[in-house]
Amino acid sequence: MTFWIVLTATFVFVTSFFILYLGMTAGRIDRLHRRIDVALVSLDLHLLRRSGVSLELASSGFLDPASSVLISEAAHAARLSTDLSSTQRDRAESELTSALNAVLDVEEIELIESEVGGPEILEECSASARRVELSRLFLNDAVRACVQLRQQRSARWFQLGGHTLLPHTREIHDHVEISERR
Amino acid sequence: MTVKRIGIVCPYSWDVPGGVRSHIADLALTLQGRGYEVSVLAPVEDPDTLPDYVFDGGRPIAVSYNGAVARMSFGVRATRRVRQWIREGDFDVVHIHEPVAPSSSLLTCWAARGPLVATWHSSHERSRVLSAGYYVAQTAMEKIRGRIAVSEAARETLVRHIGGDAVLIPNGVRVSDFRDQESVTREGTQRILFLGRIDEPRKGLEVLLRALPQVFSALECCEVIVAGPGDPDEYKDFLDPIWGERVNFVGAISDEEKRRTLRQMDLYVAPHIGGESFGIVLAEAMAAGTAVVASDLPAFDRVLQSGKAGRLFPVGDSQLLAEAIIELLTDSHQRQAFVKAGNIRVMDFDWDHVVEDVIAVYEAVHVAGEKVEEDLRGQVVGRFAGRSARERKEPT
Repeated sequence: MTFWIVLTATFVFVTSFFILYLGMTAGRIDRLHRRIDVALVSLDLHLLRRSGVSLELASSGFLDPASSVLISEAAHAARLSTDLSSTQRDRAESELTSALNAVLDVEEIELIESEVGGPEILEECSASARRVELSRLFLNDAVRACVQLRQQRSARWFQLGGHTLLPHTREIHDHVEISERR
Repeated sequence: MTVKRIGIVCPYSWDVPGGVRSHIADLALTLQGRGYEVSVLAPVEDPDTLPDYVFDGGRPIAVSYNGAVARMSFGVRATRRVRQWIREGDFDVVHIHEPVAPSSSLLTCWAARGPLVATWHSSHERSRVLSAGYYVAQTAMEKIRGRIAVSEAARETLVRHIGGDAVLIPNGVRVSDFRDQESVTREGTQRILFLGRIDEPRKGLEVLLRALPQVFSALECCEVIVAGPGDPDEYKDFLDPIWGERVNFVGAISDEEKRRTLRQMDLYVAPHIGGESFGIVLAEAMAAGTAVVASDLPAFDRVLQSGKAGRLFPVGDSQLLAEAIIELLTDSHQRQAFVKAGNIRVMDFDWDHVVEDVIAVYEAVHVAGEKVEEDLRGQVVGRFAGRSARERKEPT
């Protein structure tokens, strides 16, 4: 009799602990999902800002016509890509980065800086690019943590991640070298 | 500007001078100067002496943490203060320093949710907090959206123990604070300064003391000032008593006194033999317009641009240190050249410049309209603390 009581008590104890653990892990996954959602919104915002500033730069009259066209094309493509899949969008944004890096060489930057309003627009461009870099870094950080947690055995067996698709990192070439070249 | 109200959390007692504390004070003042509303939560011994931007986070208790005695606050009262601060602060972003320190920092990680940013300062060999309470700490760390490390060493600690990556934003110096100090006319005596805990061997006081006999015999009017907490008697053996009176131990000094002292010196010597991750003090000396002689640790080499902004000597080599000191003190032309180069170099570490990066991090984690809120989910203690606080508040 005592044996059975002890056995049942142990069983109940262990099970309730296990359920508590599952609940907490599900909570962690939920929190990470939310963090990823916010980071995606933030990345989206800063990408839009960056392409906006790039368009402004292209139409500012500081650049020669060829460079202007190159940047405005790239920025425009980046803006349109918001409706596309994230891989296509990332490619368009990477191309905008390459265009900015190609056009804004040391000489060009020096030229723009000497114009009225030039330093401000360069500053804005570099600041928005920096924010893109940071929000992507933070997003990928959250994604990695989430994927790691969801691939744990307990999370897979009990489907603690719910029906949400496994998140994936965003790979954008986003380093605009304005501050280094100034 | 979507981010306006910023809360900063300091885990160590506000009354005790220290690296993290002065980092936070400088950051807060610089942000205020840019029009942000800043509130700092910190453990406080004596609430009456606080500047108006600091919120009393409870009485600190001295405990041993990460190889040193730190004054931190924890427990029910501290938790309540943290929650009250979050509720009343209405912050757009909360910036937590040393998030794993078992003090107001870790408590804030628990009690808050929303746009949280954290800065890692120290490098641990092995984080006891994370290995002991791994699950608990991990859960708290996962709420942090943006992570900053002040040095490569701090970043490595973070990557190794928690995983993921961090942005590297080095420490800043408020250059104008140093320039404001009055420069006292020197009356012939040349003065050398050592700064740092004297009972910590890695600060290298021993290296300097061994170099002194040679320096003193070469230079008639030269004295050394040793500023930092510790017992001077431990160093009696290193120095012949005939030179004793030319070495002046002044004990621990405040930030204010440090700025003034640096300004009055002819030479600042940093004979550290290891463990320095950044070398902020070199930047401070440069800001004060004092020539620098430092051991060639990687961090110092970087700050001094491989000897362009100050003189370097091989780590632990007292002979070469003595030669460097004598050369610089006799050749004022060379000394002035270093002061000039240092003045330019230090602008890279000016808070006004560094804070740009910090603001970029705030804006990268914040989504318009979001606020930092109390997190009461899944926490029994939290729920009770939250409820009782609200009940107390409602009647008034």
